[in-house]
Amino acid sequence: MATRKETPSTPTAPMASTSPGATLDSPVKQIQIEGLVVLKMIKHYQEEGQGSEVVQGVLLGLVVEDRLEITNCFPFPQHTEDDADFDEVQYQMEMMRSLRHVNIDHLHVGWYQSTYYGSFVSRALLDSQFSYQHAIEESVVLIYDPIKTAQGSLSLKAYRLTPKLMEICKEKDFSAEGLKKAMIGFEHMFEEVPIVIKNSHLINVLMWELEEKCTVADKHELLNLSSSNHLEKSLQLLMDRVDDMSQDIVKYNTYSRNLSKQQQQKHQYIQRRQQENAQRQTRGETPLPEEDVSKMFKPPQPPPRMDTLLIAGQINNYCQNVKEFTSQNLGKLFMAEALQGHNS
Amino acid sequence: MDVTVEGMLSSSPSLFFNRLMSVYGPVVKIHPVVLASIGDSYERRNEGASRVIGTLLGTIDKHSVEVTNCFSVPHNESEDEVAVDMEFAKNMYELHKRVSPSEVIVGWYATGFEITEHSVLIHEYYSREATNPIHLTMDTALQSGKMNIRAYLSAQMGVLGKTVGVMFTPLSVKYKYYDTERIGIDLLERTRDAPNTTNGLTSDLCQVGGAAGRVQDMLATVLTYIEDVLSGKQTADNSVGRYLMDLVNKVPKITAEDFETMLNSNINDLLMVTYLSNLTQAQIALNEKIVVL
Repeated sequence: MATRKETPSTPTAPMASTSPGATLDSPVKQIQIEGLVVLKMIKHYQEEGQGSEVVQGVLLGLVVEDRLEITNCFPFPQHTEDDADFDEVQYQMEMMRSLRHVNIDHLHVGWYQSTYYGSFVSRALLDSQFSYQHAIEESVVLIYDPIKTAQGSLSLKAYRLTPKLMEICKEKDFSAEGLKKAMIGFEHMFEEVPIVIKNSHLINVLMWELEEKCTVADKHELLNLSSSNHLEKSLQLLMDRVDDMSQDIVKYNTYSRNLSKQQQQKHQYIQRRQQENAQRQTRGETPLPEEDVSKMFKPPQPPPRMDTLLIAGQINNYCQNVKEFTSQNLGKLFMAEALQGHNS
Repeated sequence: MDVTVEGMLSSSPSLFFNRLMSVYGPVVKIHPVVLASIGDSYERRNEGASRVIGTLLGTIDKHSVEVTNCFSVPHNESEDEVAVDMEFAKNMYELHKRVSPSEVIVGWYATGFEITEHSVLIHEYYSREATNPIHLTMDTALQSGKMNIRAYLSAQMGVLGKTVGVMFTPLSVKYKYYDTERIGIDLLERTRDAPNTTNGLTSDLCQVGGAAGRVQDMLATVLTYIEDVLSGKQTADNSVGRYLMDLVNKVPKITAEDFETMLNSNINDLLMVTYLSNLTQAQIALNEKIVVL
C-alpha cells in the first residue's frame, strides 16, 4: 500500500529552486503519470472546458519511495449557480468508494487544473494546494495548458508549495514583516517536480495498434509559423498583471509615506510634550501626565503583501512562457529563412 | 438456442470479414481514452476473473455513435451464471452525468475474444438502459496476436413465434481524436519507443527540432517513392501524383524582398517581446529586493 513519509518542515529548511532536476527538499522527487491520466485530462478539458476557463479534477495514485505515481483521475463537475446544494465532498466520497470496487487506486494524491495562457497563480490555487499539502504531504497540483498543447506539444507541469510557503500559510501571517522574516521571493513559492510518463505494456500494445489503424493525419501544428495571435493574448494578460502590480506598488508607497509622516508627527508631539514639561517644571507646576502616544497616533494598516507576491509570481510565469514561445518561433523563422534561401 | 455470428467468424480470416463489414447500423467512433481505460481496468481485474465488463458512455448521432467515456462495472461470472452489480452501474452513471450531462449510455464493453452466452444476458440488461446498445469487445489477452477491437449490434433472428435468438451484427469501428488528443497520443507513442518505457516531456527547441526531423523523414519517404517511379521500379499512381502536385503548389511564391521584410518584422516582434519580458522580470525581482530592505 502507499507509504507516507512525514518530513518535518523546519523553518530553516534550505530553499528549493524552481528548476527541475535540482535537489528538491521535498518528499516527492519525481512524478510518474500513466498515459490514461493524460488522456482523461485532455478529454475533460476538450468536452467541458470550452466555456469557462478552468476545469478541475482529482488525481489518484500512490507513493512509491520518492516517486509519486498517478494512476487514475476523475473530473470535478463545474460550479453552476443552479446547483447550490451540490455537495462536493459527497461526490468525491462516492466516486472514490465506487472506484475502490473496481480495484482502482483510491488514494488521493493531488488535483489537476487547466489554465488559460498560464494564468494559474492565484489565491484560490494557493489555498487549495495548501489544504491538500497540509492533509497529504506528497500532493501536487498538475497544471495542464490546453492552448499550448494545441500548438503542438503536451504542456503538463506539476507544482508543489515550498516548505517556506507552507510555513507562512500555516501561520496565516501575510504581513510584510512575516514575509520578510521568511525571506520568500516570488521565485520560491512553487517548486516544479519533473514528470515522466509511463505506460504499462498492454497500453503500449494498444498504442501500436492504434497507430496502424488510425488514419488521422499529423497536422504539424508545432511547425506553424503564425505567432501574433498567441503573443497578443499573452502580452495582454501580462499588461493587466503589471497594471495590478503597479497599483499595488502605489499603495505600498503611500503606506510607507504615511507611516514616515506619522513617525515624524509622533516625534514632534513627544518633543513638544517634553518641552512643555520642562517649562512647567521650571515654573514649578506639576508636569502634564504622560499620555499614551501610541493610542493617539494609530499606525496605518500595512497593506497585505501576499497579493503582491502572487502577482509577481504570475508575471514571472507569463514572462517565462512568452520567452519559451519566442525562442521556439525564432527557431522556426530561421528554419523558414534557410529553406527560402535554399530555393532562390 | 442462442447463435452468435462470432462463432462463424472465428473460422474465416478476419480480413475478409472486415471487407464485408456491413453498413447496416451506425458507425462507431471510439476515442482513445476509452480503449486506454478498458486496458487499465483489465489489468486491475480481480483474481480469477477472466474478463471485465463495463458501461460505455457517449453521444448518439443519426448515423454514428461516438463513444467518449467508459467505466468498469464489477461482475462475477461462472460456468452457469453471471451477476452484474446493477446498482453500482447506476450510481456511477449518475456521478458521471454530473460532470458531463450530455453523455448517455450507448452500450457496454467486454474484454475477451468471443461473445459468450452470458454476453447476451448482459446485453439484454443494457437494452433496458439504452435504446439499441452497442457491444464492444477488445481482446486484451491478445489471443490472435492483435487487439481486435470490434463493435456489435444485436438483432433478433429466428422464426417468429418459435425459436427466437439474438444475433450480434458487427459494425464498422473508426477512431476519432480531438486535436489535443492526437498530440497526447503522439507523446505516448514516443514513450513506448524508449526501452525503459518512461520518458520525460522535452522542452522548447527540442520539440521544434523533433517535429522538423519528422517532416524530413516524411519528405525522404516521398523522395524515394518518386525516384522509384522515375527509374521505373514502381508504377506511377495518378492519385499520388495529384497529391504531389498539390504539395508543390502549396509552397507560396514570395519575392525575396517581401520575404525579407516579413521575416525581419517577425523577428523584430519576437525580439522586442523577449526584451520586454526580461525587463519585466528584472523589474519585479528588483521590486522585491527593495521591499525587503
